[in-house]
Amino acid sequence: MSQSKRLTVADIQQMSSASAKRFRAKKWARYFAAYAVMTAIAIVFMIPLLWMFSTSLKSRSEIFAWPPSWIPEQPIWSNYAEAFNKYPLGRFMVNSFVLVLGNTMGELVAVPIIAYGFARLNFPFKRVLFVLMLSTMMIPGQIKLIPLYSIYNQLKLTNTYVPLILPSFFGNPFFIFLMVQYIRTIPRDLDEAARIDGAGTWTILYRIVLPLCKPVLAVMIVFTFLWVWNDFLQPLIYLSDFYTYPISVGLAFFQGRYSVEWNMFMAATLVSILPVLVLYFFAQRHLIGGIASLGLKG
Amino acid sequence: MVIARWRTASPNARREAVEGYVSLIPWMIGFLAFTIIPIGVSIYVSLTQWTGMEPPRWIGFNNYVRMFTNDPLFWQALKVTLGFVALSLPLKLVLGLGLALLLNLKIPGMNFFRTVFYIPAVISGVAVSLMWMWLLQPDTGVVNTMLYFAGIEGPQWFWDPDWALPSVALMSIWKVGGSAIIYLAGLQNIPAHLYEAAEIDGAGAWARFWRITLPLLTPTLFFQLIIEMIDSFKVFTEAFVITHGGPLKATYFYLLYFYEEAFQNFNLGYASALALVLTVIILLTTIFVNYTSKRWVYYESE
Repeated sequence: MSQSKRLTVADIQQMSSASAKRFRAKKWARYFAAYAVMTAIAIVFMIPLLWMFSTSLKSRSEIFAWPPSWIPEQPIWSNYAEAFNKYPLGRFMVNSFVLVLGNTMGELVAVPIIAYGFARLNFPFKRVLFVLMLSTMMIPGQIKLIPLYSIYNQLKLTNTYVPLILPSFFGNPFFIFLMVQYIRTIPRDLDEAARIDGAGTWTILYRIVLPLCKPVLAVMIVFTFLWVWNDFLQPLIYLSDFYTYPISVGLAFFQGRYSVEWNMFMAATLVSILPVLVLYFFAQRHLIGGIASLGLKG
Repeated sequence: MVIARWRTASPNARREAVEGYVSLIPWMIGFLAFTIIPIGVSIYVSLTQWTGMEPPRWIGFNNYVRMFTNDPLFWQALKVTLGFVALSLPLKLVLGLGLALLLNLKIPGMNFFRTVFYIPAVISGVAVSLMWMWLLQPDTGVVNTMLYFAGIEGPQWFWDPDWALPSVALMSIWKVGGSAIIYLAGLQNIPAHLYEAAEIDGAGAWARFWRITLPLLTPTLFFQLIIEMIDSFKVFTEAFVITHGGPLKATYFYLLYFYEEAFQNFNLGYASALALVLTVIILLTTIFVNYTSKRWVYYESE
């Protein structure tokens, strides 16, 4: 606890050795209790994923055996290869990656320009426009779906990736806000020094400010990946050709068709979340920092 | 006034203003094309009958009249959605805070637990839905098996009209680590000297929680309440993937009804009206919560 940390060496020496021992024992008992509780909760939280992994390595007869066992008699790793054969998982994942790439490009082109304008340039009605932009985050996206769908439909753009990528080129308010906050922490002296040297506004943005924004750009890329990879409703609505499906829609499509083959199915589901998990473990420090500062969720 | 200021502005200031507006061009185009125009069109379409093939036929407020007076499915969808909000929201708020309090203990290795608890929040709704469908199988599912060994006969979960909605709530609780991280940020903003002062005054852990932690956390709590509420109104994937709204429409969430009306039955006019009503419900509850916040949210500057 906090008070224990603030004890100095002198304090401890002053205590009789017996009370110091008791103090230390109490501290370790507290640590132990805390770890025990946290570990128990962590196990409960991880049971679903572990069970999914266990199922993915079982034979077809073993998944319905009773009582079920945690560890498969003989782990069947070939279930994964078979899952790839049975469902076009590779294709779905490539499609998802294409969408992620398109959206990332869009965000990287649009967000820095807009954020720089809001953070650094002065112009009439800036505050009003900023509040307006932030307030659009409150509007549920579903209200726009029908008009957008019918517009894309008339332009013969449904069943392409245009409806799923194009909006990113006009800036996501969350990211704009995040980047405005970040640019405001960069000292203005840098801009002004460059301006005295004759640099124009856009040179300052791309040569001075943007290179300093790498951490926030990283957060943006990670979030874009998570959101696009996990998005379901929009691709479900806009895409009708099976081979264009991203992984989320592709997986849902198979549900019900092969409902007995839960071992294959859990293998496929696990494969589908693997890129997200890998990215998460590499980026979790930045990611959690970004979430905490913005109050965003995955 | 703005014009007067513009006339007297220096060339540099004028250039900066022009550049400012240029920088906002992408956002302004997006704002018009992807927000203002679609919402306007949506309001218009909600006053028509339209299948998307022929031109929309104006029918005034008939869609809304039908919705409120002669559509049991609308009321069912509303009941399910509000029931889910009432069921899951308090649980998520309380459990999220509890988890955050644990994660805030000053002991080494907490980053590991923080990483673990946040994992469920990054996994896609489809994958999570499929996983829980398997976990909650009535006969061979791992949850019911564990309950069996504990001497409890597990329910039929998603396949029982009484248990289907609680099952979806249970799934959403698995993702509680997402809220815990935000609470944690709030907790870490509470100045340590307050706790030290309280301790010197002899306040126990319980008193410190109720007198310091909770009041100073109310802004975070308020933020969470609004975000979680909006999210709970927008449940779709779980219902679409697992239950298809069943059994007996027990999980017929509002957005599932909207989706079926719009993209399966092509009643675009009626579906637009449904979407508009949901938007109004969300806005009104947000405004209401915001209004009550003056009574219970503590702001330091006041």
